[in-house]
Amino acid sequence: MFRFILSRLLQAIPVLLVVITATFFLVRAAPGGPFSAEKAVPPEVIKALEAQYKLDQPVWQQYISYLGDLAQGDFGPSFRYPGRTVDELIYGGLPITAELALYAMLVAIIIGVSAGVFAALKPNTPQDYVPMSAAMVGICMPSFLMGPLLVLIFGIWLEWLPVSGWGDLPGDKLLPAITLGTGYAAFLARLSRGGMLEVMSQDYIRTARAKGLPEWVVVLKHGLRGGLIPVVAFLGPAFAGLLSGSFVVETIFQIPGLGRFYVQAAFNRDYTMILGTTVFFATLIILFNLLSDIIAVWINPKLRHQVQGGS
Amino acid sequence: MSEPMVMSNNIEQAEKGTSLWQDAWIRLRKNKLALFGLGVIVFLCIIALLTPLIAPYGYEEQDLVLGASPPSAEHWLGTDIFGRDMLTRIMYGSRVSLMVGFIATGVALVIGVLWGTIAGYAGGRVDAVMMRLVDILYALPFMIFIILLMVIFGRNILLLFLAIGAVEWLTMARIVRGQVLSLRRQEFIEAAVSLGLSRWTIIRRHLIPNTLGPVIVYTTLTIPSVMLLEAFLSFLGLGIQPPQSSWGLLISYGVETMEEYPWLLLFPGLTLSITLFALNFLGDGLRDALDVRSSKD
Amino acid sequence: MPMQKNNNLRTTALLFTWLVFISLVGCSGGENNVTTGNRDGILHWGNGTDPQELDPHIITGIPEHHILTALLEGLVAKDPATLEPIPAVAKSWNISSDGKTYTFQLRHNAVWSNGDPVTSHDFAWSWWRALQPALGNQYAYMLFPIKNSEAYAKGEIDDFSKVGVKVIDDYTLEVELNNATPYFLQLLDHYSMFPVHRPTIEKFGKPDERGSLWTRPGNFVGNGPFTLKEWKLFKRVDVVKNPQYWDANKVKLNGIRFHPIENVTTEERMFRSGQLHHTASIPIDKVATYKKDKPHLLHTYPYLGNYFYRINTTLPHLKDKRVRQALAMSINSKQLTEQVTKGGEVPAYTFTPPDTLGYTAKSAFEFNPEKAKQLLADAGFPNGEGFPVTELLYNTSEGHRKIAVAIQQMWNQYLGVNIILNNQDWKVYLDSVNNGDYTIARAGWIGDYVDPNTFLDMWVKDGGNNRTGWSNPRYDELILKLAPKTADRNLRYQLMAEAEAILLEDMPIIPIYIYNSKSLVHPSLKGLQPNILNYVLYKNLSLDTNLSGVKLN
Repeated sequence: MFRFILSRLLQAIPVLLVVITATFFLVRAAPGGPFSAEKAVPPEVIKALEAQYKLDQPVWQQYISYLGDLAQGDFGPSFRYPGRTVDELIYGGLPITAELALYAMLVAIIIGVSAGVFAALKPNTPQDYVPMSAAMVGICMPSFLMGPLLVLIFGIWLEWLPVSGWGDLPGDKLLPAITLGTGYAAFLARLSRGGMLEVMSQDYIRTARAKGLPEWVVVLKHGLRGGLIPVVAFLGPAFAGLLSGSFVVETIFQIPGLGRFYVQAAFNRDYTMILGTTVFFATLIILFNLLSDIIAVWINPKLRHQVQGGS
Repeated sequence: MSEPMVMSNNIEQAEKGTSLWQDAWIRLRKNKLALFGLGVIVFLCIIALLTPLIAPYGYEEQDLVLGASPPSAEHWLGTDIFGRDMLTRIMYGSRVSLMVGFIATGVALVIGVLWGTIAGYAGGRVDAVMMRLVDILYALPFMIFIILLMVIFGRNILLLFLAIGAVEWLTMARIVRGQVLSLRRQEFIEAAVSLGLSRWTIIRRHLIPNTLGPVIVYTTLTIPSVMLLEAFLSFLGLGIQPPQSSWGLLISYGVETMEEYPWLLLFPGLTLSITLFALNFLGDGLRDALDVRSSKD
Repeated sequence: MPMQKNNNLRTTALLFTWLVFISLVGCSGGENNVTTGNRDGILHWGNGTDPQELDPHIITGIPEHHILTALLEGLVAKDPATLEPIPAVAKSWNISSDGKTYTFQLRHNAVWSNGDPVTSHDFAWSWWRALQPALGNQYAYMLFPIKNSEAYAKGEIDDFSKVGVKVIDDYTLEVELNNATPYFLQLLDHYSMFPVHRPTIEKFGKPDERGSLWTRPGNFVGNGPFTLKEWKLFKRVDVVKNPQYWDANKVKLNGIRFHPIENVTTEERMFRSGQLHHTASIPIDKVATYKKDKPHLLHTYPYLGNYFYRINTTLPHLKDKRVRQALAMSINSKQLTEQVTKGGEVPAYTFTPPDTLGYTAKSAFEFNPEKAKQLLADAGFPNGEGFPVTELLYNTSEGHRKIAVAIQQMWNQYLGVNIILNNQDWKVYLDSVNNGDYTIARAGWIGDYVDPNTFLDMWVKDGGNNRTGWSNPRYDELILKLAPKTADRNLRYQLMAEAEAILLEDMPIIPIYIYNSKSLVHPSLKGLQPNILNYVLYKNLSLDTNLSGVKLN
């Protein structure tokens, strides 16, 4: 098991390096520099600015020194916010995006899994069709459509919930979490239904029932464990999706999270910020995928033996 | 697979009964939702193709005096703030959205199928390396790269196709490879090899046609996620650029004015959702129809 | 048996969901910002984008300006009604007869927020700092009327004592200018001319170090009516009343909260739910509704700026001024402002906005499609035949797009000319224009001070903001040599009008409309005085608690 984890970790490093390098040179290739302004900037000022941000050095040199800084955990100064470092901005936005992702995931898991399991218990009846069709709607309605619609209905017409912000007004976390989580709820519903269906037809379930165990024990204790395997496997890639989903949701609801920073940084040509967030996201995604793989292996006895026995 | 495959250029009928494809078609017909999906898609494609002929108004035809107006007899879906007919805009938008959907999926398809087939058939180290690459790419935060690419290189519609296609081919490759791996051990492939057919011929004539089932299913399911991706990018301002219009762009305009003119958001939103709905149902139906063993999900 | 399990499952699921719901929603209720703000004397101000920095020698934007004018004060301020200079840190001043030497008497009771007195040394040092190249101060040019300051900034002279700033004593400052600059006093109210607290800056790093920690809450020392209490990036900037401020008893507000809200639609919704007293802007599509139903909430006023199109005159088909005039005369700006922008803007037929401190240039053209067609034909493109494909560039924004689309149609309709539209995002667009990589480009120019010079000195040959490739020797002579040396205002205005006439005759730019400032203002906010610079003097503002509950919908 340990070797498995270690080898995966080691494999992650070249991936990260590729990401960093690609982003670094892509960003430098972009037209539109960070210091372009509407009122003409005097050349001596541009020179001074470039010197300070080391933009006057040859690109290779900049790359090497950036890698060096990165190894020490220093993401560099932000171009757009002169007094701030990228680390500061990332760590400022991270808790917010993390919270949003967490709530969205909670919404997704609770609603999705319950709906899926519920549907799986009586396949091909209305108890099945209704949740699954609702799930389909959830998948087909993009977050940038659902979000504004929810805002329109609950924020403007009914005035039950705030239309923007995060943590400023009571209840302003609900709509963003729902908007981001619904697509995943739908997916999880389908996955867990599928998983449950497969598991519930297995022999050991019949054995458990024959033993006289109450149904809910059968479902929760025996069925869920197996049925949730596909769900757990899905969580890793889902996380990546949540991050990119956060771009839109944070924009719609004006949430000061990492997703919105990234989009703005791209538009503002804030090189260090773009690089920093990309590296950060990539690291997170890789870590999460690794975690998800590990958990999937752990949960599934077959795979676990394979990994422990083999290489 | 329940029926033995016969060595030939096309998948031919077995001795008795129907072929796999006819079987699948019968099953598909029974699935009302999938048929509905198929109908919607066909309808949309026809409309999209015929748009320049049948659109009620010119694409950029403004009526500044009228401005935004709700649905009426002259404008079935209302007008936008420039007085442009929404029905026309949505029809033209369908051309772009569907085009992006099909072409980008096509890109993903070609790359994915080739990659998966070669990896699956070659096996060994080549396979390991190729799939490792897929695993690595899978881990990358693609959205971030796409955004970066779009911001850097401007919104070139060609680049859009490539970028989106480049994201979607990975799963296709995995699926195809899986299929090819299981096919490879089949006897008819061994027979083809012993007959001395070149590897490329085997790939082209026998492997690829037999992977068509899952490929078709997955393609049908990829199109909606591609369209979603394009709409997402356009919403952020990074996808299709005016004067072209896609549903995503129309939705983003609609969001801005959704309080005063909700129809500007509702109609494009509804159209996109229904299209995605239809494609997903169709894909699900195809999957059920083509894969005998899959449970009804 | 299945039934029972269903019930248990269902209840568990419901319980879970309810718990999550509760935790996310929290207890509802609570008063809105306007109510609490009026009660506590806190102004809630919608401030557009988040401030990049709070160092007056680094910043460039309007949101930053709003915050800094609360935290710092210059020698001279402006009367919000007339925009004439009023005493601030300087209680009085003398101007020499040739208009080149200003002597300021600073008041003795002006202090920094830590108790240190504000002296003329502070100003001299601050202006020295403002000129340091390493800071990257994009507004260093505001100081250039001061003798030798430009040379010093460019590194042509090394000795700051040669620059025309002299400390006569602690409370007397003498400034020598290159020329008699009539608008110099206005410049003193720009943040680049504000004083900064030397000991604080030096405590946190070198004076020309960009982005040191001296601007953080707790460190920032200022001499303005408010001090910096909190700066939560992307959330808010809070300032509180400065009891040390020399005019503190005139300040009626207890504090201001600046909300960084980039999205105008969100901002308008927040205003409607009573979360803001004042918005930075208003969505275009809502102007009509407000004008009709709630005109008392909508404040609009002309703004010292011009929305125009730049023409790249180096391109062969645009070299002929008749072509450019044709383009200008076929734009129906009136219809544009009435039906497209709908913000109450005034169509522009001159570049300098009319009545800029008494200066009004002569209208040089009008909407005349017949004449335009004729001019185009004379230039060799009858009915647009043979006119090469021309690209109109604008930076990505719905507003600019709407205008571009409308104008594209007008040019097509009246001249038979076909234009393709191209939009780039902000930074790319700036680069394109700066590099001359455009054919026709949308542009906007806001005056830095109220004087026609800020609009006209752009167009001199090779001027940094010119970028059209156009120049005219007589124009340069008028703007660079003759006008600056003329003391008499009327004569000066005559010279500038002559220059502007040349500009508008040759038309390297097409003025379209004069900007308009638009805000939504809650009735409980009193003391706002509209003016052409959208200039706000916070000391004049107050909040009326009785009007907290006014219906906004």
